[in-house]
Amino acid sequence: MNGDVVIAVSGLSKRYVLNSARASYGSMRDSFGALLGRLARPGERQPAPEPFWALKDVSFEVRRGEVLGVIGRNGAGKSTLLKILSRITPPTEGRIEIRGRVGTLLEVGTGFHPELSGRENIYMNGAILGMTRAEITRKFDEIVTFAEIERFLDTPVKRYSSGMYVRLAFAVAAHLEAEILLSDEVLAVGDLEFQKKCMGKMSAVAKAGRTVLFVSHNMGVVSRLCPKAILLHGGRLEKYGAVEDVVCAYLAATSSAKEGERTWSENDAPGDETVRLRAVRITDEAGVPAGVFDIRKPVFVEIEYEVRRPTNHLRMAYRLAGGDGTLIFTAADTNNPEWNGKLRAPGMYVSRCAIPANFLNEGEYGLQSVAADFPFQKIAFFEENVMRFHVAQTGGLSGQYPEKWPGVICPSLPWTVRRAPDGERDRTQEGSA
Amino acid sequence: MSADANARPDRVTVIQPQTGWLPIDFAELWSHRGLLGFLVLRDLKVKYKQTALGVAWAFLQPLVKMAIFTLFFGRLAKVPSEGVPYAVFSFAALLPWTYFDTALSFSSTSLVANAPLLSKVYLPRLMLPTAAAIAPLADFAISLLLLFVLLPLYHVPLTWRLVWALPFIALTAVTALGCGLWLSAINVKYRDVQYTVPFLMQIWLFLTPVVYPSGLVPPAYRVLYGLNPMVAAVEGFRWAALPGTAFPSAPMMAVSLVVSLSLLIGGAHFFTRLEREFADVV
Repeated sequence: MNGDVVIAVSGLSKRYVLNSARASYGSMRDSFGALLGRLARPGERQPAPEPFWALKDVSFEVRRGEVLGVIGRNGAGKSTLLKILSRITPPTEGRIEIRGRVGTLLEVGTGFHPELSGRENIYMNGAILGMTRAEITRKFDEIVTFAEIERFLDTPVKRYSSGMYVRLAFAVAAHLEAEILLSDEVLAVGDLEFQKKCMGKMSAVAKAGRTVLFVSHNMGVVSRLCPKAILLHGGRLEKYGAVEDVVCAYLAATSSAKEGERTWSENDAPGDETVRLRAVRITDEAGVPAGVFDIRKPVFVEIEYEVRRPTNHLRMAYRLAGGDGTLIFTAADTNNPEWNGKLRAPGMYVSRCAIPANFLNEGEYGLQSVAADFPFQKIAFFEENVMRFHVAQTGGLSGQYPEKWPGVICPSLPWTVRRAPDGERDRTQEGSA
Repeated sequence: MSADANARPDRVTVIQPQTGWLPIDFAELWSHRGLLGFLVLRDLKVKYKQTALGVAWAFLQPLVKMAIFTLFFGRLAKVPSEGVPYAVFSFAALLPWTYFDTALSFSSTSLVANAPLLSKVYLPRLMLPTAAAIAPLADFAISLLLLFVLLPLYHVPLTWRLVWALPFIALTAVTALGCGLWLSAINVKYRDVQYTVPFLMQIWLFLTPVVYPSGLVPPAYRVLYGLNPMVAAVEGFRWAALPGTAFPSAPMMAVSLVVSLSLLIGGAHFFTRLEREFADVV
């Protein structure tokens, strides 16, 4: 093993054998027949159970002090990978070499006992996670302060509020003295304030030079914490590299064709005798509809409609709202002088609007409405709550900030900085005095 | 290996597929010895929290059983008791037996009861049934105090021979843990175990000289009888506690010792073999 590599994974596979009878829901007669067969020939194995590869031929290396993000959809094998790395379950094939003590945070509060007090649970949980009594004692005050439970130290944890419980559990785990930390979605706990605190603690752990493997579904958190990441898909290692590229690959893989597009058939298309709405899409630059977008890339809103009678003065518009429904802006295709008031002959049209890159903030947005009207005359259709989409943090301006950049949008605005001449400053001070 | 002189020499852990029988990793058990203490402490602390009678439960169980046995077996059935009052005769046997019963039941369900620890965190799993077999020793120690009250009450002399009870309680612990290792590992996959154990313990009680002296068993069957290691453990304990009662015969002792150790060693290997599946099956 190379001197700087602390985790070397090669050809790792894990097979689970699903119970074939349960998995296929065979008929009662089949099950009964199988049972009889087994009774008659006890030595014989059952018909080959259905194997399932949770991980297949995964290889990668992690160097000392590296913070590696592990992303992928549910069932991609992320948790299985962490379970094998932490020796909870053995692999079916392959080999792993790990240098240093491994701490695992698969779930906060494992090993907590409701009848024991906060103090007793700190020691108990620390011991389960592999700390010695002396180590726990050394960290005790820090843990208690972090969890904010000073007053309730000697209360059984079953009397704790769920918030206190989670805070204590995270605090113990986060103060683990392990060279390698494996963490699975631990930040998805507690209130917003505590999540921020946890994020801060995780960054500190990462900066302190410890090696961290970090599993999360939150792309913003992964982008901020981990310079590098791996993407798992169906148990295979799909991509390994810089976090921006891996998150992009994940976003591309996760947004299914269904997402980012809504269509209406000829019969139920909203509209009137002049114009009818046929489709709304939210796409990337290439025109591919998606449900999640990279914060550093533009987002396009496409409205496809059928003009049934020649018409001028038609206006296509949409309203963009934040996840909480706050209206952010209204946009209309009359903004394009070439088409404003121009005659449109019958046929299919697409009005496309570009929302610039580095403009929306990370988070959820919704097309609050899509409408077609003839200003001061009539409204052809007004379709509400058309669809929602996500903007994911992948870096850029707000990626340098340890938590979500405040604000509904996060535009990249031009700034200049200059040093004011001394005379000017004096004058300003006089003016304000 | 790292050549950096300042760095702590990190242990390289190799993780690879496991097949067949594996040696027991004693080095790892030793490095986690602190955890065993915590697990025992947890089991003790949790046991009597929020109970009205608290530690009195440790007294009550053997005491109530003694009363029932004395009434039915001593008074009504007139079971012989080797010249000592039947009450102390049965109580001296109930002390190790109650411990055995509790330790075995507790340790055979220890893995399933700690399922989150199996599937969410790594620890040497042998610790769980071991801690569960050790913790009831505290109850045993408390109920032992009762012996010092009962013996003078029944005019039975208290002698230094009682010290010899220690090896016999150790034999009891080894037997309980040995069975606990087998049963706890099987219970992970087949929960039938936890329904079978209470039933098994009732049968086992009558296969052990608790309510009767082993002298009632015909000599021809003594060695076969000794296959139950609790025979030597219980009778040896009673011999140590009550002067005048019989000492288990040498062949019976030998058979019991061999069976008990085989249960423990075989159980530990069987456990280690099944251990790799625990997280996936539990």
